[in-house]
Amino acid sequence: MRRNKLFSLRDKKLAEEIVSKIKELDINHKFMHVCGTHQDTLVKNGLDSLLKQCGITIIQGPGCPVCVTTPKEIEEMLLIARSGKIVTSFGDMMNVPGEKESLRSIKADGFDVRTVYGIEDAVKIAEENKDKEVVFMAVGFETTAPTTASVILDKPPDNFSILCCHRTIPNALKAIIEMGEIKLNGLIEPGHVSAIIGSKPYEFLSKDYRIPQVVAGFEPIDLLMGCWMLVKQIENNEAFVENEYKRVVHENGNVKAKKILNIIFENCDVKWRGFPIIPNSGLKLKSKYKKYDARKKYEDILAELKNKEFKEPKGCRCGELLRGLITPFDCPLFGKTCTPDNPVGPCMVSIEGSCNIEYRYAD
Amino acid sequence: MYRPGSVCLAIPGKIVEIDKDHATIDYGDGTKRKANISLVDVKIGDYVLVHAGFAIEVLNEKEAQETLDIFRQMLSYEEE
Repeated sequence: MRRNKLFSLRDKKLAEEIVSKIKELDINHKFMHVCGTHQDTLVKNGLDSLLKQCGITIIQGPGCPVCVTTPKEIEEMLLIARSGKIVTSFGDMMNVPGEKESLRSIKADGFDVRTVYGIEDAVKIAEENKDKEVVFMAVGFETTAPTTASVILDKPPDNFSILCCHRTIPNALKAIIEMGEIKLNGLIEPGHVSAIIGSKPYEFLSKDYRIPQVVAGFEPIDLLMGCWMLVKQIENNEAFVENEYKRVVHENGNVKAKKILNIIFENCDVKWRGFPIIPNSGLKLKSKYKKYDARKKYEDILAELKNKEFKEPKGCRCGELLRGLITPFDCPLFGKTCTPDNPVGPCMVSIEGSCNIEYRYAD
Repeated sequence: MYRPGSVCLAIPGKIVEIDKDHATIDYGDGTKRKANISLVDVKIGDYVLVHAGFAIEVLNEKEAQETLDIFRQMLSYEEE
């Protein structure tokens, strides 16, 4: 059954027209997007191979919050769960393998691990279990961070805290460009991150690195139009942020949500899986809200992880995949020892990860 | 399409009832669920984008109706 028709743009003729116009040009461009929902649209509708025939390669960079969560953060959550707290997070987080275990596997050992749809469900668990400590593993980009901020602003019960793993997109894109491992001709910005932050925070990238950008929605036609906009910018030797997704994204984003984010969080430097520490690419609770910060609350429990080095799972190439250097098909584990039922790395776990998406839509 | 595991998916729905910080959202396929509306300024009848139990933005109906026309114009403009 169709969801609200008004917002699902479908026009086959127009889509064909965009494709044929791109096909007329003799181009060889590489675009990066950073969103699992974009990747889903591209692969599910065969747009990735269609665009490849037109001279456009699109790759998913570090655009999967679960995938970029680091092995250390997984171990932190496992340790908190093992200390007898109720730990909660999004479903995808549960199966990400740590060094030896995942949240799901220790749940089978009897530890209290619960999947929630959002942070409000986790607060409800805390309200219903006043004699226990409840910790929510707060992952997600700017789309999700305001939901965490809103709940903290509402003063949840004292037995509730968060393990903050929120990350922010613009400086991760800067890191990709600065690292210089991959030459990109354009960036497709995530529509729902942009719904919150607007299109302005990407402008420095076009200015400093002369890279064309487009904020795009999630229908096939949004992505085709986004590609067309990037192609035109390149043809005209221009580089700026274009907004294809005006029905949702405003230049200044969601001002109310941004205000709440600024009250609760401050920027911090943080490591992303597959990357070194990226300056100003994470969010942490301001000291005023430290009673909700699981890292402060359970400093003693987490002390043993302090100077520990964490390795990626053996043979796993998620790091290179997240930096846009390889496709799932370049990984020898893909579809063999690494499958959604038995994932080795997070990109096979998350429904927003490239490997999971390729595996799911494979013929 | 309702995928509780997803971290960045957001779904459009229409506000049919408001009770303080929460609203009942009609997703147009028979599904109605409550969502927190403290991140947006909304009234009954507005369309919102819902993510992880929160409405994160109000959808612009006029822009949605005009999007395809704007795309068509952009493409034909190139030919002139």
